[in-house]
Amino acid sequence: MTEQADQIFVLAKKALLNFLSPFLPDWAAVFASILVSIGAIAVFGPVTMMYLTLLERKLVGRIQNRYGPNRVGFWGLLQPIADGIKMLTKEDIVPAKADKFAHFLAPIAIVVPALLIFSVIPFGRGMIAVDLSIGILFFLALSSTTTIWIFVASWASRNKFSLLGGMRSVAQMISYEIPMVLSIVPVLLVVGSFSTVAIVEAQSGWHWFVFTPWGIAGFLIFFLTGVAEVNRTPFDLPEGESEIVAGFHTEYSGMKFALFYMAEFMNTFSISAIVATAYLGGWQGPWLPSWVWFFIKTYALIFVMMWFRGTLPRLRVDQLMGFAWKFLLPLALINLLIAGIWLKLESPKNYLVALVMVIGSLMLLYWANGPEIPKKRTYRYAYENE
Amino acid sequence: MGLLRFPPPVTADPPFCLADARNDRQVAMEYELKESQTLETQTLEVSLGPQHPSTHGVFRMDVVLDGETIMKLKPVMGYLHRNHEKLAENMSWLGSMPFTDRLDYICSMTNNFAYALAVEKLANLEVPERAQYIRVIMAELTRLVNHTLLIGFLLNDLGAFFTPVLYAFREREKILDLFEAIAGSRMMCNYFRFGGVKLDVTSDFIPRVRQIINNYPKFLDEFEKLLSENEILMARCQNVGILPKELAVSAGVTGPMLRASGVPYDIRKIDGYSIYNRFKFRVPIGEKGDVYDRYYMRVLEMRESIKILDQAIKEIPDGEFISKVGAQGARTPRGFKAPKGDAYGRIEAPKGELGFYLVSDGTPKPYRYHVRSPSFINLTILEDMCLGQKVADAIVILGSIDIVLGEVDR
Repeated sequence: MTEQADQIFVLAKKALLNFLSPFLPDWAAVFASILVSIGAIAVFGPVTMMYLTLLERKLVGRIQNRYGPNRVGFWGLLQPIADGIKMLTKEDIVPAKADKFAHFLAPIAIVVPALLIFSVIPFGRGMIAVDLSIGILFFLALSSTTTIWIFVASWASRNKFSLLGGMRSVAQMISYEIPMVLSIVPVLLVVGSFSTVAIVEAQSGWHWFVFTPWGIAGFLIFFLTGVAEVNRTPFDLPEGESEIVAGFHTEYSGMKFALFYMAEFMNTFSISAIVATAYLGGWQGPWLPSWVWFFIKTYALIFVMMWFRGTLPRLRVDQLMGFAWKFLLPLALINLLIAGIWLKLESPKNYLVALVMVIGSLMLLYWANGPEIPKKRTYRYAYENE
Repeated sequence: MGLLRFPPPVTADPPFCLADARNDRQVAMEYELKESQTLETQTLEVSLGPQHPSTHGVFRMDVVLDGETIMKLKPVMGYLHRNHEKLAENMSWLGSMPFTDRLDYICSMTNNFAYALAVEKLANLEVPERAQYIRVIMAELTRLVNHTLLIGFLLNDLGAFFTPVLYAFREREKILDLFEAIAGSRMMCNYFRFGGVKLDVTSDFIPRVRQIINNYPKFLDEFEKLLSENEILMARCQNVGILPKELAVSAGVTGPMLRASGVPYDIRKIDGYSIYNRFKFRVPIGEKGDVYDRYYMRVLEMRESIKILDQAIKEIPDGEFISKVGAQGARTPRGFKAPKGDAYGRIEAPKGELGFYLVSDGTPKPYRYHVRSPSFINLTILEDMCLGQKVADAIVILGSIDIVLGEVDR
């Protein structure tokens, strides 16, 4: 029974293919298998995006002491559909001086890498579209191409706010890519494979990497850089509403705007999924079916991101860069060394050494960044006794 | 017509020329930019506003940017000009009382207060004790409203997604409910009359004010715990938009902004207008004059306002809420004539010194009517605070000045 619940989606796919196989030639059966996976992802991605928007509005609403959408459908469940219809029927405005082709291409192209990343995410035991041997590399390569399309969008719009947003976006994403890549290297070092499936399997039975000293440091760096990669608060400078109106998508309306949002939310999901895979043991977990565990972990991380959005103000561009280059990057490099030492030493001793090194490096970085850490102030009063 | 009679403000020593200082800084920055360039780059001229999410209305900043750094900034105002002063010169003295509500539409009570004070000074009207107390209570409640809202909007400018604003709104609503019960309107109160107030307060007024002042410190503690020591807020606000003492004084900046720069100048203490000299309260003073100090001044001032409110509701006497002459004037506004002469009435409005300069030629209309609005005069210093800062800082600095466009453009 549990086995069946665990494999329900895999079995469903098998059943569908078995049903089709009498009618198809061999080569077409292979295509059918591929198409089923593609179809599942192509439906899953946008639906996730739609309901993440609802979830975000609900959560932020609760944080802000209000209800959030609750008019369309029960508990506002039809709100994303209403939004989708509104977006589709809105007028598509293209600025007169815009580069029409690039302006049209950017929102479409930005969705492609976001969808492709889903193909290397292990949603459960055996639930992966393609188990690439270079899974993590594939993810890193694709997520960095998003930058290009954001910049294309900002450049093609011929708008100064868009341009500022595009500049910020490029600077931010390239800066945060480096600590991001470096923070996942320890995992690859320990597992010895780029495959996402292999990474999850290496963490079986509560040996999640987040429970090791290098793992907790790596998890924090990877999660924070991930938040920055998908332009979410407090790193949402490329679309900083209070400063540059809407950043790179200032000049987009209707469905093109919705596509940017779709890419952003799908990236939010996939980055949380990859963080959960690399550090939180992916679909590993007791009792519940594997895919339930995967979604619990992923949505917990998404919840944290939305929590950030509801509570934190935004960093300034120089502080953002400083945080990446002066704190995250050195920490990621030290963490790589710590993971190496962890691998070389014996079991009980390595834990202690790594813990001491992580705490030591954190303290060192805190001290080194001391002048930039803000201080509390006290104030005096005039007319003290009147 | 006579000259202004109030004592002139403190002048800086040595004499400080605003235009020269600003020009020097710009020249130095342009020179620095040329020197540091190894790559041929251009500056970018961006028009922030009048339709922009964070200009607090229809205000425009023409900004010249080098990358993200501000090289020049030109404030452009006047999009909301409504001819307030000229309108007032063409109607009865009392007729412009409702228009003063629309100056700084967040704090209509203090606007009424300043205007009533100026006319009373001109016409030598007495104000009954009870009315004085009601006025002070209303003014201090307005200060709470204004400062709460300002902190919320400042956080919004910093990029916090509406959460602080909505919590600020929640507290503000409680005070607005009280205003509605007393004056009949939530924002456009039109509550003050020459020689008193429009209506007496209701019987549940004192308990309701007490409830507000009992609950407000809790809200402030919570707000402060979440915001004042938040690292991002501190990093974004500290050492940003520094306004030196000398510059602040010579530019005529007043209110919490001047006090944040370290000048202990509070008109409630200096003039002791109305009955403010009866209350015990302190005036918080900042040190650096940056955005963080300006933010904190507001928090601390709210705590002092609560002290004033506490004393006022304990001491409020029974009696008339408007004097006989005042009541007569309110019944027949067109019959009300101020004697020939001029008067300047000023109060410590939440945003700074709000003054009305009135000249009367003995007719039922003012001969000249001028508003010295704190938002407008505090805004003149915007460029000096923004030069060399990032574009994101300019928004925050603007937010920390605390402007309301209704008052800037009049």
